[in-house]
Parts: sequence; C-alpha cells; structure tokens
Amino acid sequence: MSEVLIVRTGTANLASVAAAVERAGCAARLSDDPGEVAAAARLVLPGVGAFGPVAARLEALGLAGPLARRIADGRPTLAVCLGLQLLAAASEESPGARGLGALPATVTRFAAGLRVPHLGWNRVAAGVGCRFVGDGEAYFANSFKLDAVPEGWRGATAEHGAPFVAALERGAVLACQFHPELSGPWGQRLIERWLARAAEAA
Amino acid sequence: MLLPRLIPCLDVDSGRVVKGIRFQGLRDAGDPVERAAAYAAQGADELVLLDVSATPEGRGHALATVRAVRRVLPLPLAVGGGVRSAADAERLLEAGADKVAVNTAAVVRPALIDELAATFGRQCTVLALDAARRPGGGWETVVRSGRERTALDAVAWAAEAAGRGAGEILLTSWDRDGTGEGYDLELIAAVRGAVAVPIIASGGAAGPAHMAAALAAGADAVLAASILHDGHTTVGELKRELAGRGVEVRS
Repeated sequence: MSEVLIVRTGTANLASVAAAVERAGCAARLSDDPGEVAAAARLVLPGVGAFGPVAARLEALGLAGPLARRIADGRPTLAVCLGLQLLAAASEESPGARGLGALPATVTRFAAGLRVPHLGWNRVAAGVGCRFVGDGEAYFANSFKLDAVPEGWRGATAEHGAPFVAALERGAVLACQFHPELSGPWGQRLIERWLARAAEAA
Repeated sequence: MLLPRLIPCLDVDSGRVVKGIRFQGLRDAGDPVERAAAYAAQGADELVLLDVSATPEGRGHALATVRAVRRVLPLPLAVGGGVRSAADAERLLEAGADKVAVNTAAVVRPALIDELAATFGRQCTVLALDAARRPGGGWETVVRSGRERTALDAVAWAAEAAGRGAGEILLTSWDRDGTGEGYDLELIAAVRGAVAVPIIASGGAAGPAHMAAALAAGADAVLAASILHDGHTTVGELKRELAGRGVEVRS
C-alpha cells in the first residue's frame, strides 16, 4: 500500500493524523529525516504546539529548507493547523521567530472578547477555484490565524469575529487551519481527495 | 461562528464503559470501541473518554483503549483520568488523544496545568472540574472521582486554571451526575462569568431541553452519557430536536 510520511514535529496529535491516513487505505510512517522529508511522495506536516518552538525545531532538524522547497514546488504536502501557520513568515504568537516563509504573511491573534481558543466546529466556505476543499463544517483548535488568502493561492475561509483563512491550496499543496483528521466524514473525504491528487502528481 | 458541540462521554473502567449515579454504583455500559463508532456514526461532534479505573491493573487498559478508539474515530478525542504529569499526557497523546484532561492532580499541584499548556498547547489542555453545591451557596471542587470534597471554590478554581493555560473546562455537576435532573445551570453561568475559554457542561442531561438550557446559560458544548448508553435516545435524535428548538448544530 502506498505510504504517507508524517513529519515528526514533536508532540502533536500524530496518532490521529496517522489513523486518518490508514482509514484512507495508506500506510503512515513518522520521520524527521531531511532527506526523507524532501523525497516523500506524499507528506503531512501536522502541528500542535506553539509557533516559535516548532519553527525552531524544524530549523534545528534541517527540515525547514526541504519543507519550504516542497511548498514552493507545489509538491504533495498536507499541512494541518499549526502546520498551515508555519508556512507564514512570522506569528504574533512568537515574536521574532521565523516561519518557513512560503506565505508572505504574519499569523495574528483573534480579537479580544472572542472565545479563545477557537475550539470546536465552524463552517468553512470554499473560495473560487478550490479543488480540494468544499463548503462544510470542520473542527478547529487554534488561538491564532491567517487573515487573508495570499496572492497566488486559492483558499477557504471561516468566521470567528471576522473572516479568517480556513484552508489554502496551490498545486498539490493543501494547508488546513482546521483538523481534517478530526472533521468527521467531511474531513476524511478531503484527505482522500488530497491523497488521490497527490497520486496523480507523483 | 462556532457551533455547539454534543459530546458523548465514555467512563471507562478496565477497558469497559461504565456509568453510575453521582460517581457511585457503576454498571457496565458496553465496549468503548463499539460505543465510539456508534456515536460517531450518529453525528457526535467529539468524544470524551475518562478512565475511572480504581486500580493500577484497570488503568493499564487505558492506553490500549485509547489506541483502539482512535483507529475508528474521525473526531476529536479528549482523554482524562489519572494524568499526573506531562509524561502521562504524552503517552495518551501518542496513543491517539487530541486533548488531555486533568482533575485531581491539578488541584493537588496547579502548576501541572502550566506544564501541559507550555508543552502541548492550551487547545490540548482541559481542566476537568467536578463541582458540588455547598449548603451555604456556591460550589466546591470535588476530587478523587467524586469521593473527596475540598475547600476549593469551584468558580475561582476554574478562573485560576484558565489563567494557567487550561484551554477548555469540562464542568461536571457532582449533584446532577447521572440523575437526569438537568445540568446545573447556575454553575454553568457562574463559571461562564469567570472564564473566556470554552465550557463543556456535564452532569444531569436527560434530553434536548436540558441541553438547550445549558447552551443558553453559557456552555459551548454539552456532555451526555447515561441517556445515550441506556439507549433512551441517539446523538442524531438529540441534534434534530436541538435544531427544532432553534439551536444551530453541525449537520
């Protein structure tokens, strides 16, 4: 069965991501080897934790370069939650820390007075031209967010006080602020669409 | 807009689902994996699994149960019971939990919450708070699976825990647990006034009217155990009835 490599970003809900990949009929394997991350036919960048420490860990492990190249080349990569935020240049969560810089944007915090963490199910509205993400309801667990779809990307949005980016797509790259692996049958089908597209791209 | 969540709760002892009344008189309520799969198929928004095993032998089943549930569950899974350290939490996360709930150990050593939030993030750190009404008014925190009352004011503890990094509060009314008398709405409103993080209301649900009331009182999610385990209703039926009452739910 075809394999999906999951980047070992530290303590994340890696088992949930692996279970979703296995339910889709693929084998999941964890790795933090730069060569494997560069070469993987299909890669998941999961993310739980804080922007700064995880960005520093990716840099220290030599993974930041290979990841940034995959994103730039549009190779099959699924980034989840903090994984999406790590594509940005910086985050208000960890001032001074540098992300992968694939998105010319800074991750921001939700406005005061809102329920934070933004934890639970929210409606996702797919933008024009989205190939993976459709309208639906997804499970989120984030305190920070990206405000607008960057130039050159297609995107989906959700609303918490104001609209924010729920997902981004370009080539075979899919980045989700929500957790597709926890978003029920809708999320499972999204993962399966990405896997199918990734197989075409391979 | 965040949609209210309906969350079945599996209390698990030695690998079996159990349920009692006010934490006592536990009776068997099925296999956790079968229950998890059934509730997911019925439209549950999340699942809470609390290991209530009183013995180390019973507790030894917990990780295997989490692994087995994870395989079939495409939903968020919060796990609690006996978590005393970041290492305990990490084992549960590696087995397939998405969030970890702490209760007694956090009352004994509140810095545990700071440690979990710093290591795994606030969204991963849940305070399970069991609150019992005081005769003179207010609520006190109850620990050790409901067996021990503390002098700790429950509302003040909720606020302290949120300040330390708890990203969610699983708020159980000791008085209402398993009774079907409805959630303790005053308790929910009091904690809502003290914290900005999501609240999961727990203890006493007998039907959609209780759930709608808890959401109106300030809860973001409602927990249910007995009414689902006993087959009185299903998650899907409860959500349809909630929708009929004008509560927007996940379809």
